[in-house]
Amino acid sequence: MLKRALHILTIITLFSISNLVAQEHHEEAKHETTSHQTENHSSEHNQHGEENLSLKDKIKKDIKHHLQDTHGFHITKGIEFPLPVILWDEGLHIFSSSKFHEGNGVVESNGKYYAISHGNGHIYRTDASGKIEHNEKGFETNKKPIDFSITKNVFMIMITGLLMFLLFSGLAKSYSKNGGIAKGPGRFLEPIILYIRDDIAIPNIGEKHYKKYMPYLLTIFFFIWFLNLFGLTPLGVNVTGNIAITVALALLTYLITTFTAKKDYWKHIFWMPGVPVLLRPFLALIELLGTIIKPFALTIRLYANMFAGHVVLMSIIGLIFLYKNLVGGGLSFLLAFALSLLELLVAALQAYIFTMLSALYFGAAVEEHEHEEAH
Amino acid sequence: MTIPSIIGGGLIVIGAGLGIGKIGGSAMDAIARQPEASGKIQTAMLIAAALIEGIGFAALFAS
Repeated sequence: MLKRALHILTIITLFSISNLVAQEHHEEAKHETTSHQTENHSSEHNQHGEENLSLKDKIKKDIKHHLQDTHGFHITKGIEFPLPVILWDEGLHIFSSSKFHEGNGVVESNGKYYAISHGNGHIYRTDASGKIEHNEKGFETNKKPIDFSITKNVFMIMITGLLMFLLFSGLAKSYSKNGGIAKGPGRFLEPIILYIRDDIAIPNIGEKHYKKYMPYLLTIFFFIWFLNLFGLTPLGVNVTGNIAITVALALLTYLITTFTAKKDYWKHIFWMPGVPVLLRPFLALIELLGTIIKPFALTIRLYANMFAGHVVLMSIIGLIFLYKNLVGGGLSFLLAFALSLLELLVAALQAYIFTMLSALYFGAAVEEHEHEEAH
Repeated sequence: MTIPSIIGGGLIVIGAGLGIGKIGGSAMDAIARQPEASGKIQTAMLIAAALIEGIGFAALFAS
């Protein structure tokens, strides 16, 4: 028992330390590349004065860069994985993202030139010199191609999908092979699946209807959980901390709630039984607004939790570079270590809450009231 | 970031913190009184805390 606990503790420690070290390297590597790019672009980007950035601003920039969705992975200095860039701009353009790091950062494809904006990391069409125009508010005015690129986030979603497929099809196969007993990684997953069924789905949705929603609930739980955990690895991914992803997830919950809702659900929204008739139109308005606020809250909750977690963790790691002494650095390290452990908890908790609230909304959608006027 | 928005953000955090603290404290009381119902209480506590947190974050992002 004690031995196993020690095992787990060691693994967690190694995991957290590798996370910290990699993020430090990540930051150093970023300094290199930014200064490298600045040299190339110094003629165009004089107004930004990127070469005179203080250490504080550099750390801020690195945190911002980490939270963005980028084309390609930058693990540490020298270890980079390029990803394919797929653009639709009056024709298909496909090239590797490593081309953006060659020469002056401008890529020529089928007679058109593209460059990445330093501000938001998006790809813009430029001329041969790679100049990106900004209007007075600082927004890019260049034409933007339609971007279907396999970016870091898209890649991690694919990896997670593949991982989930392998893990759960393996679990399903092991049931038929071993006479109903899970084997291998399935032993770890089986209790979680049972927990979602017995403690999330059945109490909230009810015995009668829960089976219909189980595939979605399981998928969304493991998808969010795995992506949250990937966010803590040294790969530097921030998928669930990207509002586009959480909007899509919350929209799925909203659509499923809306399209599987029974008669009673709509009756309780538009013509609430048991309240004075004069009040009913106002209640309908509030209830209708509530249906939109629910997925909005789901979106913001997951996004803000993961986003804020990454910002706080990276800021505390950034403090090590600001203090540059043993006391400040050591304290920052310990704090970052403790926060990493907390983030492990938050990763599971947010996945649980998203699943739980989805189940709650589904439960409200399929609820049947036997005695209508009893409210 | 203007000064009113910073003050507003601080007030939101205070409010959300008070709310979640009250939920946590009440859940502790409830679990102490009825340890066998701790699973159900925890679930209800997490849902309520998540709802407050959602509003807190939404307001914080708006500020």
